[in-house]
Amino acid sequence: MNRSFGGPACFLDRSDINTDEIIPARYLTEVTKEALKPFLLEDLVLPGFDPKGEVLTQAKVLVSRKNFGCGSSREHAPWSLEVNDIYTVIAEGYARIFRQNMFNCGMLAIELPPVDIDRLFDLRKEGPVEIAVDLGGQKLTARAGSREEHFDFAISSFDKALVEAGGWVEFADARY
Amino acid sequence: MGKTIAQKIFDAHLRDEPFPGTCVLDLDRVLCHEITTPVAISDLQWRNKDRVFDRHKIKAVIDHVTPAKDSKTALQGKILREWAGRHEIPDFFDIGQNGVCHVLFPEKGFIRPGFTVIMGDSHTCTHGAFGAFAAGVGTTDLEVGILKGVCAFRKPASILVNITGQLPEQVVAKDVILHIIHLLGVNGATDRVIEFRGPVVDAMSMDARMTLTNMAIEAGGTSGICLPDQITVDYLWPFISGEYQSREAALADFTKWHSDPDAEYERVLDIDVSTLEPQVTYDYKPDCVKTARQMQGTPVNQVYIGTCTNGRLEDLEQAAAILKGKKLAPGVRGILSPASPKIYREAMEMGILTIFMDAGFCITNPTCGACLGMSNGVLAPGEACAATSNRNFQGRMGQGGMVHLMSPATAAATGIKGVITDPRDL
Repeated sequence: MNRSFGGPACFLDRSDINTDEIIPARYLTEVTKEALKPFLLEDLVLPGFDPKGEVLTQAKVLVSRKNFGCGSSREHAPWSLEVNDIYTVIAEGYARIFRQNMFNCGMLAIELPPVDIDRLFDLRKEGPVEIAVDLGGQKLTARAGSREEHFDFAISSFDKALVEAGGWVEFADARY
Repeated sequence: MGKTIAQKIFDAHLRDEPFPGTCVLDLDRVLCHEITTPVAISDLQWRNKDRVFDRHKIKAVIDHVTPAKDSKTALQGKILREWAGRHEIPDFFDIGQNGVCHVLFPEKGFIRPGFTVIMGDSHTCTHGAFGAFAAGVGTTDLEVGILKGVCAFRKPASILVNITGQLPEQVVAKDVILHIIHLLGVNGATDRVIEFRGPVVDAMSMDARMTLTNMAIEAGGTSGICLPDQITVDYLWPFISGEYQSREAALADFTKWHSDPDAEYERVLDIDVSTLEPQVTYDYKPDCVKTARQMQGTPVNQVYIGTCTNGRLEDLEQAAAILKGKKLAPGVRGILSPASPKIYREAMEMGILTIFMDAGFCITNPTCGACLGMSNGVLAPGEACAATSNRNFQGRMGQGGMVHLMSPATAAATGIKGVITDPRDL
């Protein structure tokens, strides 16, 4: 799978953003991923955040704080990101099921320490933030205005293998 | 060094460790419902791999929205139903036999100590009450589980919660787990198995243990688990009597899974429940917990008793004991959803449903429904519900609505007064 993981970033400045906020249960009656597209983050109430606004519409990367994707196991949460061309989330930490769902779909749930997450959030004051992802080198480059910040990230060998295979079904089918 | 029960289960099921710390486990149970399975089914069909690894290890039910409320939910049921028929899955539960998955499947004896269990549902941790490793997963994990009978997990670290003391009057498992989640926080057990031990757990019925393990996910836990014992044997005996010479033999077998005395835990939480009070959540996270007395006087519009957390017979009995001879406060809507047909029938035969009806409750078929705001009692903006469910996220039971989580007795007392009420204060 040839995916481009970087691009304009949308910042969600709150911890414990749950999967009901990412994709409300009333949309779980859909049986295709595409049908979820209009509803991403519809129920998230956050000062300055508009789920129908340009920042989210243009975004390819989400940045957030602790325990992102907590609550329900619904893989509809990563799917609603995927059908909106968002393949990368960067956060201080994730709920287990959401994190695994991201990698199972061949997407990235990158974890950064608090001091690096703060550095990323801080970049916003320079202007709209663009993030480039180097998966092989495990590096991020974030640009806003004339400022550039560099980050290294850790990723487990398994998660990396999942992304490289295109997802868990591909990986497991080849192996078991 | 000794092993925890989770480590023993992992060792016994390890198919592969493709990378250090990544355990690919053989699965004993792959459980399915109509919300998270259809996309897996469609994807398998698209890949020309429409098959199942073992039709006896898969159990399926339509439970989240049932009977179908519109064409979309009807289609979800149809996809699951046709798939179960195509693959001759004997344990598929449809209208008339269906109930809330994490209540129905244990009732059918499908879960055993030492089992590995997955489902596309975050409250799968409920089944850990039987001494199984049971974890909620997403649709892709479910899909691989259906096709290959395996699932990958990181090597588990465990948190030991040692529960001692004497449970006071009207303080039950729901209050204990709300208190534990308050102490751990919604992120306190992420990537950990919560092992519930101690004399208080030993004295709990399977119903009460399932209330504990059901909410392990709300502290972020990969699973919750209890050690199997005589109570487990007695619950499962109707289903296992053909496999063991005696209950003693079953107990000896189950005991093999117990955590070793020198097993290592990442953290140990000692909790004495002797002074614990009925608990109620406020705000929008399950770790925002106060006592019912601290929340006293908060008005509610609806009381919802049911769900995989507290929809079992014991839960209905506790609420009925409060409601007997009393009525819901004017303006308060009461909804009871017994969580399985068996529980519904037993409650009916015991006169429990009559108590609820006399109190002014609406009694529905077994379903998840309002717990996640999909049907069966969705809240209007500005409304509040006293609920025996497991999540109070913003908008969970309806956009603009507020959910206060509590025990069945506290919910019943709250319904009678129309405001949050400690059941001891009635």
